[in-house]
Amino acid sequence: MIELPGIYNYLVVVFLMMAGFYVVIAQGNLIKKLVGLSLFQTSVFIFYISMGKISGGEAPIFVEGASLYSNPLPHVLILTAIVVGVATTAVGLAIVVRIHEAYGSVEEDEINAKDLVDDAITEEAPSVNSRESQ
Amino acid sequence: MSFMDHLPILVVIIPLLTAPLCVLLNRPILAWFVSILSALISFFIAIQLVFQVNELGTISYWLGGWEPPWGIEYRIDLLAAYVLLIVTAIASLVMLFAKKSVEKEIPENRIAYFYAAFMLAFAGLLGIVATGDAFNVFVFLEISSLSSYALISMGKDRRALNASFTYLIMGTIGATFILIGIGSLYMMTGTLNMADLAARLPEVADTRTVRAGFAFLTVGVGLKLALFPLHLWLPNAYAYAPSVVTAFLAATATKVAVYLLIRIILGVFTLDFSLQLMPLDTLLVTLGLIGIISASLVAVYQGDIKRMFAYSSVAQIGYMVLGIGLATTTGLTASILHLFNHALMKGALFIALGAIAFRIGSTSIKDFSGLGKRMPWTMAAIVAGGLSLIGIPPTVGFISKWYLVLAALELELWPIALLILVGSILAVIYIWRLVEAAYFGKPNPYQYVQEAPLSMLLPLWILVIANFYFGIQTDFSIGLASSAASELSGVGR
Repeated sequence: MIELPGIYNYLVVVFLMMAGFYVVIAQGNLIKKLVGLSLFQTSVFIFYISMGKISGGEAPIFVEGASLYSNPLPHVLILTAIVVGVATTAVGLAIVVRIHEAYGSVEEDEINAKDLVDDAITEEAPSVNSRESQ
Repeated sequence: MSFMDHLPILVVIIPLLTAPLCVLLNRPILAWFVSILSALISFFIAIQLVFQVNELGTISYWLGGWEPPWGIEYRIDLLAAYVLLIVTAIASLVMLFAKKSVEKEIPENRIAYFYAAFMLAFAGLLGIVATGDAFNVFVFLEISSLSSYALISMGKDRRALNASFTYLIMGTIGATFILIGIGSLYMMTGTLNMADLAARLPEVADTRTVRAGFAFLTVGVGLKLALFPLHLWLPNAYAYAPSVVTAFLAATATKVAVYLLIRIILGVFTLDFSLQLMPLDTLLVTLGLIGIISASLVAVYQGDIKRMFAYSSVAQIGYMVLGIGLATTTGLTASILHLFNHALMKGALFIALGAIAFRIGSTSIKDFSGLGKRMPWTMAAIVAGGLSLIGIPPTVGFISKWYLVLAALELELWPIALLILVGSILAVIYIWRLVEAAYFGKPNPYQYVQEAPLSMLLPLWILVIANFYFGIQTDFSIGLASSAASELSGVGR
């Protein structure tokens, strides 16, 4: 029989990772893209947490007299990565808010279409000396 | 420990602490002042570090006194010291140029925040170079990336927002790939210290986990590097970001990513592993060449000059990656040389474009008509930078291309040498378009244009003169690049 429990976590990691990655690529809605990105990042958190765990391992330092410890370092590392992930989502959402203000849409194809119009305008418009600064 | 022993950490910490200071001061002029001050201090520290490394060899600094591999180690070797030097030098010059450009392009109530984000990006880049710890690299990478997303989104045009979002998505995927790679390596070796990783990896090199980790790391850095098929975020991000940000990022961010790639391929993994177990050389050479030719071709057709030079950056990254892919000491020397030289030329070119944007509010080619007479100093600098980009002696661009061709010929790869030259000819075409418009076009009679102010011309011409100086006085740069290259490939063997 295959030892399922040993690799079970990693299967979940790969599934979540691919699901998140697919959403980032396939979805046109910017918010959904960010959801996918968060999912993608979260799968890596599980990856790190799983690798530190030893079956039957105790919490280090906390339990006295135990001889088998789980490695706490990956867990600590991933705390940092979680903070990074939260920051990324925050910056991403802030940009989406401003995109919505500027374009009136959060759909990628509509924004790109408006970008093309902008490109055409800058290409053709007669040169303007004093473009007003905001 | 004396004050001097703490330089490896101070070079990173000073800009990092300047960022919150900028926000607290919250006055444009004060924020600018502390920013340029901290950039200059970092620059002097970097000079000091170069002397220390030259004299005493690689510096290993233990954070909090914890011995590596348990504690975090900051490791400054020859290459790291010089990359620190170039990043801090460019940052200082860009800060000098920034004052007027930022006043014009950024709304006044956001200027202090702009400088704060700029300092964070700067600190992040320095951290990536200085650290000897793999996880620390990821953290600094994210510090610099997150702040550059914010910086790019401050561009005047609304397209800057879309460009910034695309960069955020691709950059985060890249950083997460790097995180997965580091995780896989940690799983197999139980260490995060780069030197320790290098010592432990050979034992487990032939496992799928390590190979997958290597692949994730390479692709992740490739995204940050804007290596050919992963470069889609770069042209728009550079084209619509504020001029100061473009000048800084184009001259430093991709260079630091190239440094990271060299570190990973040669410092953490060995050359044998990268080339024999993994087909990295074929991959890098092929992608590098496709990048050079295709990005140069696209650059020829760009109507916006900032975007044209952004595509040219993708092509130049192709040259650097090509040198690494050739995997000889000469090839690596060429890559390291081009890393410095490209920083000098793209720094000069984007600062010049910033000066033009400052005066005429546009970088579109049709607005360049007759600029050769209106802004002679700025245009002369662009032409000089362009010559360096093409690789005409006696500029620095010639030196690095010469070494690259030499490396290709050493391996008797004639087609590669030929393609490098084709890339140069394409550069001639897109630079010529600019020269034609500026010097042979008629100036717009309704437009009154002045020469750029001195605070912009000064950093611009310092960089242009550096382009020629290091093209003539080659001992310094070549000596450094070849000794760094042999040091690295020596580690590899």
